[in-house]
Amino acid sequence: METRNLTCIGCPMGCQITVTLENGEVKDVTGNTCKRGDDYARKEVTNPTRIVTSIVRVKGGHLNMVSCKTKSDIPKGKIFDIVKELESVEVNAPVHIGDVVKANVCGTGVDVVATKEIRAVS
Amino acid sequence: MYDVAIIGGGVTGSAIARELSKYQVNAVVIERDQDLCCGTTKANSAIIHGGYDAKPGSLKAKLNVEGNKMFDELSKDLDFPFKRNGSLVVRTKDQDRDVLKKLYEQGVENGVEGLKIIEGDELKKMEPNLADDVVDALYVPTGGIVCPFHLNYALAENAADNGVEFKLSTEVKNVKKSGDSYVIETTGGDIETKVVVNAAGVYADEINNMVSAKKLHITARRGQYCLLDKDAGNHVSHTIFQLPSAMGKGVLVTPTVHGNLLVGPTAEDVDNKEGVNTTGDGLGGLGATAARSVKNVPMRSVITSFAGLRAHEDGGDFVIGEVEDASGFFNAAGIESPGLSSAPAIGVMVAKMVAEKLSLSEDPSFNGKRKGILNPANLSMEERNELIKKNPAYGQIICRCESISEGEILDAIHRTLGARDLDGVKRRTRAGMGRCQAGFCSPRVMEILEREVPMSAFDVTKNGPDAKIVFGYNKQI
Amino acid sequence: MKNYDLVIVGGGPAGLAAAVAARDNGIQDILIIERDHELGGILNQCIHNGFGLHTFKEELTGPEYASRFIDQVKERNIDYKLNTMVMDIAPDKTITAMNSTDGMFTIPAKAVVLAMGCRERSRGALNIPGYRPAGIFSAGTAQRLVNMEGYMPGRKVVILGSGDIGLIMARRMTLEGAEVQVVAELMPYSGGLKRNIVQCLDDFGIPLKLSHTVVDIEGKERVEGITIAEVGPDRKPIPGTEIHYECDTLLLSCGLIPENELSKNSGVELSPITSGPIVNDSLETSIDGVFACGNVLHVHDLVDFVSQEATNAGKNAAKYILEGKKESSRQLEILPVDGVRYTVPKYIRPDDMDETVTVRFRVGDVYKNKAIATYFGDTQISKRKKQVMAPGEMEQVVITKKQLAEYPDIANITIKIEEA
Repeated sequence: METRNLTCIGCPMGCQITVTLENGEVKDVTGNTCKRGDDYARKEVTNPTRIVTSIVRVKGGHLNMVSCKTKSDIPKGKIFDIVKELESVEVNAPVHIGDVVKANVCGTGVDVVATKEIRAVS
Repeated sequence: MYDVAIIGGGVTGSAIARELSKYQVNAVVIERDQDLCCGTTKANSAIIHGGYDAKPGSLKAKLNVEGNKMFDELSKDLDFPFKRNGSLVVRTKDQDRDVLKKLYEQGVENGVEGLKIIEGDELKKMEPNLADDVVDALYVPTGGIVCPFHLNYALAENAADNGVEFKLSTEVKNVKKSGDSYVIETTGGDIETKVVVNAAGVYADEINNMVSAKKLHITARRGQYCLLDKDAGNHVSHTIFQLPSAMGKGVLVTPTVHGNLLVGPTAEDVDNKEGVNTTGDGLGGLGATAARSVKNVPMRSVITSFAGLRAHEDGGDFVIGEVEDASGFFNAAGIESPGLSSAPAIGVMVAKMVAEKLSLSEDPSFNGKRKGILNPANLSMEERNELIKKNPAYGQIICRCESISEGEILDAIHRTLGARDLDGVKRRTRAGMGRCQAGFCSPRVMEILEREVPMSAFDVTKNGPDAKIVFGYNKQI
Repeated sequence: MKNYDLVIVGGGPAGLAAAVAARDNGIQDILIIERDHELGGILNQCIHNGFGLHTFKEELTGPEYASRFIDQVKERNIDYKLNTMVMDIAPDKTITAMNSTDGMFTIPAKAVVLAMGCRERSRGALNIPGYRPAGIFSAGTAQRLVNMEGYMPGRKVVILGSGDIGLIMARRMTLEGAEVQVVAELMPYSGGLKRNIVQCLDDFGIPLKLSHTVVDIEGKERVEGITIAEVGPDRKPIPGTEIHYECDTLLLSCGLIPENELSKNSGVELSPITSGPIVNDSLETSIDGVFACGNVLHVHDLVDFVSQEATNAGKNAAKYILEGKKESSRQLEILPVDGVRYTVPKYIRPDDMDETVTVRFRVGDVYKNKAIATYFGDTQISKRKKQVMAPGEMEQVVITKKQLAEYPDIANITIKIEEA
């Protein structure tokens, strides 16, 4: 039996969660106050994941940069690779929230999408 | 070959340059930094002293009183902010009344006008926030406050507009006598000149010692200050000095000409002539020391602190004039307090000496008027709308704390000897000098410099070439 | 210039939500005045996720959260002016503003919502000794440079202050290629949310040194080094505990200050604790018809609560315009004691209040296993146990009109921290 103490990052409450593991398998989750906390805790001890946010270049827009995020969470170990892969990305204005700026980033099967509206300017 | 080369573009060098530009002369100012007003002139009490403080008969006494009298006209001609708010040298009950009386007598001997010792209710009425222990004060109605940056730039711009050349980012490495003239070796190549004027601030001893056997020795005396928010600007209306001590004039509390409150300076001799760092002890002690003369100074309203170096020469007085063993080499050295107050008079004195030496004749085309950067806050709404219609940039506020518009910043960049870095814009316009200390406006001022100079964002600096703000694009540093 | 009934100063999350609520409560002529070139305020540079769980039940980034409200403003055809600075708010609610196309103009408003947000405490205000080189940024300025312009303001970074922006920027700078060496925090506890310590520092192995502060800054032109030292209970540096870091950047995340210069000049009474206006349950300030919400009122941790508060302010401003001022017969003061630093609102009008009023506040220290207790006069009304309370996290108590009606004779309400 092994226990791990976590601070939930699911929302700003930051619940203190205790996970009990046996042979790498989650036996119990306590301390969470919602379902998200339970999900987070189970994932965090087996396959931790994160949302990555960054910015990429825009051509012909009212701003030179557009913010973006991975559409869903990606393995924690891939964070730096993903940011690196975004270095060469450039999109054309207009950009809408949700537009894919990089599909299947780092082979994760997850798209990186824009999180801001960028108008085209001539 | 130049007629005159002035080393140093601070207030002293610039005042000399402007006075010289009244003559037909081929003159150059050599400045180490990327901008003028980067040494002692940028960090001091910003006070125009009455002139009671210096020993009678000294250059400090004479030039302070003369310089002080020049400020009304000069501030009009050159359009820089100056106000005769009057000073009070206050005495607390534990201090000797004779010291105050002596100061009064010394002031009278120096020719300071209107001096008066004030006490009791009259004093409290003039300045309700004086400490309870204060019993009386020497009132100096001629004392004033000035913007040292604007004074420096006004003098320099007017000199440049009247034909004086300015070489910025040019550091003097050596000065050599060569026949009847001098060769100044600089980082920008050799400069030949008939006459050298040494206005090099804390480095004036080193410059002097390159050509003269009569060595000077200048100690950098550091003064640390706290600048308080404008909401504290009315805490006192006069400049409040404490009775002088052996280490200087003590801590003063004064409104600034822009409406802030200034508390300082400390006085510490430092080994490092670049040692403009503040210290925990220095800043920490200011509040308590200030409390001796002024009560309830709201030190929680500090928006910034800074330190400046005063060029203290061992002899204790200004060192002005042609050097005995180096014909054509003139000093304006040891210019510590009251240097700012004396600057206009030093300019006249040195220019006269140089003109005599070179038999210069007056320049009939000299134009002594200069227009400063417009302050739209002084305009009526109609005038302001007229201005914005003509130049929409005046309608776009960039610095929200000080309400500085893009129009003012554009003027600061494009005028004679214009700003090339963030601090240059700040000193000329006050953008970034307010309570948020450039947090909001610096990215926008960077953008304007980038567009207008023009330059790469990666070359925009705070002050000088190495003070970079950003290093490169994300992911690429 | 067109006449407007309601002028909202600031087009960030607070201003946007207030405008939407005012329109939905019947006000036609509304103007939002925004000084920046786009609506959304500081959210535009907060590109990280974690916004909107309360409001939209999903996790959004700052720009996405802003866009939801911007869309609502646009759908309602609410007027707004960008690149426009409010220069003055007169006590009679005449707004003087300026931009480059309209020039300087005045609007006599019937009601005003203050939604100017806050600014960061600067190096100067912190009185940190040392040189004054380039490379010292407030965390928010660095955030703007990195997230909006795409510029890196540093390679090797030390951060002072563990406020949320500082923590978020530790991660952002790290992801974009910088090395964040340490986050130093003056207090014995962090000023930021726990989850940000986990996902912004722990994830990247960045140490957090509590009870530490910066005692020296080196470098004449650009930062070359930072010295931090441990502080004692008096928060003064302890000699001999200095640690030196070679670095080129110091980021400061040492607190936010509501930007109330306009409010102050107009005569609005401010709280010395929050630096924001003193308001009653309708979020009305000491000037009739001037309301406040968001970070200009008190600094929030969560934008969701800003939106809630601003919705309330907008609704109440609408009510004021439509129904005029109600002279309340009674107004109760909420007394913050025993660890509660302040409350917003400070006053409740039991006869005119909404059915429920959310009272928000911060505690002055870290409390473990204590309770938040509410008293009507001397009678305890509620007591809620909390495992942990910290100054970095806002707390709240909900007071209902019905409950209050049962105590018609009380002189005040007290909120305090007590034994669980």
